[in-house]
Parts: sequence; structure tokens; C-alpha cells
Amino acid sequence: MGSFLLRRTLQLLLVLWGGATLLFIIFNALPTNPAERFASGNGNRNPDPQVVENLEKKFGIDKPVPEQYVDYMTGLLHGDFGNSYVNSEPVSDIIKEKLPPSLRLAFWAIVVESAVGISAGALSARKRNSVGDWVTTLTAVILSAIPVFVLAYLIKQVTGVYAYQHDWPSWASFPTIGYGPDEYFLGIIPINGTWKYMVQPVFVLASVGTAILARITRTSMLETMRLDHVRTARAKGLTEKRVMKRHVRRNAMIPVVTVIGIDFGTLVGAAILTETVFNLPGLGSTIVAGAKAFDAPVVMGLTIVVTLVYGLASMAVDISYAYFDPRVKLGDD
Amino acid sequence: MTDLIPTLPPAPDVDASLADVGPSRSLAGDAWKRFRRNKLAMFGLVLVVFLALVSLIGPLLVQDPLHQGPIPKEPPTNQHWFGTDRLGRDMLSRIVYGIRLSLFIGIVVTLIETIIGILVGAVAGWRRGWVDSLLMRIVDILLGIPYLVLALAMVTVIGRGVTAVVLTLAATAWLQTARNVRAGFLQARETEYVEAAKAVGVSSRRIMFRHILPNVFQPVVVLAAVGVGTAILAEAALSFLGVGVKAPAPSLGLMISESESSFASAPHLLIFPGVAIALTVLGFLLVGDGLRDALDVKDA
Repeated sequence: MGSFLLRRTLQLLLVLWGGATLLFIIFNALPTNPAERFASGNGNRNPDPQVVENLEKKFGIDKPVPEQYVDYMTGLLHGDFGNSYVNSEPVSDIIKEKLPPSLRLAFWAIVVESAVGISAGALSARKRNSVGDWVTTLTAVILSAIPVFVLAYLIKQVTGVYAYQHDWPSWASFPTIGYGPDEYFLGIIPINGTWKYMVQPVFVLASVGTAILARITRTSMLETMRLDHVRTARAKGLTEKRVMKRHVRRNAMIPVVTVIGIDFGTLVGAAILTETVFNLPGLGSTIVAGAKAFDAPVVMGLTIVVTLVYGLASMAVDISYAYFDPRVKLGDD
Repeated sequence: MTDLIPTLPPAPDVDASLADVGPSRSLAGDAWKRFRRNKLAMFGLVLVVFLALVSLIGPLLVQDPLHQGPIPKEPPTNQHWFGTDRLGRDMLSRIVYGIRLSLFIGIVVTLIETIIGILVGAVAGWRRGWVDSLLMRIVDILLGIPYLVLALAMVTVIGRGVTAVVLTLAATAWLQTARNVRAGFLQARETEYVEAAKAVGVSSRRIMFRHILPNVFQPVVVLAAVGVGTAILAEAALSFLGVGVKAPAPSLGLMISESESSFASAPHLLIFPGVAIALTVLGFLLVGDGLRDALDVKDA
């Protein structure tokens, strides 16, 4: 276990270093000069050379590229991600401010999609070809075809806007901008009405994963139920409940957990769109704003943070294999 | 990460899985027979063919998508089947042109992406050694960055517009293809037919692209079909976020972001483009899934 953690941590550090380096190369590969772009108002006027020079100094891009690279990497080691081109705010401050709401949103989305997706899939598998099975499968297909941002808009316009215009009961109408009071118990459980603000975004964000998880759980359970050890368990007279709990469910969870881990990347993408639609503060909406404003340090810094979170998530998935399948020994090569 | 999953039972014998389609004629023939039996896949194929026809013939039949009529946000009428948008432009023709743009971007991105993926994968799998290690580390690192985030980072550098979007998406999408092609090459390089080709003095390049490539092409086909869908969705997402294709280009994602303020009075502005994207993506995903089963590809 220890050596496994060490190996995975080193691997993650390599990915982070490599990712930061590749991003640095990408951002420096093109002959566009951000100082000129900002000085000229995106090419709308002729830039004043003095302004360009001052901006270059301010952005730290007047130095040779290799020196900039060393500076940037040394900064990263000290938690310094540089400053925003637009308002000079330190990127590390932006991260401190925007990371918690994004993590909270992702956390609740994963909770909801695991709960709903896995139970719907399990139900589907146990009552194969029943009405419930058909409804689950059909819903899953439809949900995976609708783009996140279309779904988000629909939900927002119906329960967020239309509901208020037509005086729907309060349980069916939800505010659509921001997090309201933004208060949490233990930093994660929304209180004082904050939860009302989270219902729609969490629903949208969870819907994608729910569909995928339901399908995977169904397939995986059906495959596991055909295995010999399950037949043995039934033959020796165990109750159906016990067979499911002890012999099917845990075995069937392995591919499911893998999918939760891999889909974290999809979740991040969906979060970007969801945060934008519902005007939520978070890493996703900030990256979009940064990309729109050609704010390279912000986009780079936040990308590195997202990559770190993604890496930690897939590490957690690897560790959880050992729980679901005792045959997996971490640390063995 | 995959090395932690306990080894699965060996894959069924290829001959056994082909036995279900009767006497074997050719790989493509067998695959088509199996594909045809898959109702969902056939539905996807019909959808894709229909959308291709719409984007080829449609522009001849509909009105000018840029012509601004007198009535903005008009609900569907006899004259404008899908209504008009906020500038009075005919939504039907906007969507026809939108589907055409989506398919164009999806297909061009997939072509470029597949070529890059094949080249990188082939070189890595054939040369092995440090070339392989370097290329595959780069692939691992890029796969460690969520797709849309990487695309956003790229557009920050490359800029806006159709060309920029195509470059961005192609540059971010080749990773999985490269991985699969490399795995195929690593296996093929140890086989007798490659050894035989080497023994009679065939050049490396010819062995790579004439002997091995056709044998490792199946996962590439599957990834390409799914890839068109993914690229279309990604383009719509980028345009929706305001960092993709620029107005007045008829991008479906752009139409959806423009529909925001007027949903209550004109829901057709959200629904029609939304359904168009969903059907397009669904078509390619279903065809990809069908191809995966028909070609018996396990890991693409």
C-alpha cells in the first residue's frame, strides 16, 4: 500500500510537471504577444510601443522564454501561479476563492449520480425486461444524447424562469443565479436555503453521470449474476438478498468505480458548462472567462489545478479497487 | 490504472464469434451483416445518412440563412417551419446550415485527428525504446487534463473562428487513437507476417503502413465514428461558451446561447437547435457502438 501510494504520487507529480511544461510550450509556441493584444484592445487600435513595453515588463514576458519557464516552475513550487493579465490579481487567490464551490458542486453531483445511477442500474438488472428496466434504459439513452448545456438551459428556463413568471408553488421553483446565502455546515452541507440554489445545477451535472452509471451497473450486474460463485451461493440456499449483497454487488462494483473515476473528466467539462449557464462562481466559469479574455496565467493556473484534482480522483479510484476486490493487492507490479 | 483490474477471462475465439454470420466472405462483409442486425446501430446509420443528405441537399431548398425578415422571434408558421430568430432569420435554414457546419467540423477534425493518431501510434509502436516512452508520456500527460479544459486552454492561444476550433479540437482529440494504434503495432510487430516481410527486405515504412496498419485499423474506425460525435458536441460547447465559431456563422451551439433571453416568448429558438445537436451526436454514437460490436473491438 505504501509503495503503491508513493508510486502513484510520483506519477501524479510527473503528470503535473509535464502538463505545466506542455501548457507553457503551447502558450509560448505561437508568435502572438499578449502585451500587444492588450495594448491594442484586441487589435482595434495601433498599440503605443511604450505601453506595450510596460505591459511586457508587468506580465514578466520581457525576459527570454527559458528564464520565464524557470521562473514559472519555481513559482509553482511555492504555490505562486503568477498574476492575471486582466486585473493583476494573483492566480493563487483566484484558485483559493473558486476551488471550494466547484468541489462542492462536483461532490454533490457524484453523490447523486452514484445513488440514483447505481440503484437504477441494479433495479434494471434484477428485474430484467420489466417496465422499470425499459424506463431506465430509455432515460439513460436520452440523457446521454442531450448536450449538458441544452439540458441546463431547459431546466433553468422551466423551473427557474417560467416557474416564477407563472407563480408555481415554491417547491417547484428554484433561483438560478449564484449560491444565495452561500452558507455551509462543515463546509459541504448547504444550509439556510443555499440548497435551493444547488438543486438545479446538481441535477444537471449529475444527469450525465447517472445515465452512464445506470447502464454500466446494469451490464456489470447481469454479467456477475451469471458467474459460477453466484450459482453456488444460490444452490447452498442463501437468501436472494444475501446473494445480491455479498456475492453480486461488490463484484459488480469494480467496473462501476472505474467509470466514476474516468468520468470525472467528463464531469469537469459538464461543470464548466453548468457553472456558465447558472452563473455560478467556480473554476469552470473562471476558466471560460479567462479564455475569453486571453488571460493566459489564469487559464494555465486553473488548468493545472483541475489536472491535480483529476489525478487525485483517479488515485482514489485505484485505492478503492482494493476495498471492492480483495484479490487486488496494491503495490504489486 | 488498468493494471489493477484483475485479468478478465480470455476473449472468445475469433472464429467462434464470426461463426454467427455463416460462411465467411470478408471482414467488412461479416461486420456489415452483424451491424445490420443491430437495430440501434441501424437507426444511428439512418440518422447519419439523413443528416448528411440534409447538409448536402438542404442548402438548395431552404432560404438564405442570413436574410433578415420583418418579424423576429416568430413561432413556427407555414412560411417559416421552424420560426424565425431574434433578427427575423429563418430558423429552418439556419439549422440546415448549422448541421452542415457541425458535420464539416466533426469530419475534418476526425480526419486530422486520425492521421495524427495513426502517425504517432505507429511510430511509437514500431520504434519502441525512448521514442515510444517520450510519445506515450506526452499522451498520458495530455489525457490527464480533462478534454474541455484542454480545449479551452488551446483556444486561449489559437483564438476564435472555424479554423481555430478545428485546430483546437484536432490537437486535443488524437490521444486515444494514438494509444490504440500503438498497442496494435506492438502486438503486430512480433507476428510471423511482419517477420516474413522483413526477411524479404520490405522497407520499414511499407511494413508499417501496408502490412500492419490494415490489421490494426478496426479500433481506429470505431474511434473515428465516435470521434465525429464528440467533436460536434465539443464544437457546440465551445461556441456556446463564446470561444468557438464567431457569429454570424450558423453554429448550433451559438444559436443555443443566443436563445437564452427569449425562452419564454420563443422556446423554438432553444428546442430546434438543441434537438438538432442531440440527433447528430446520437447518430454518430450509435454508429460507433454498432461498429464496436460488429468489428468485435474490445478496447476502443
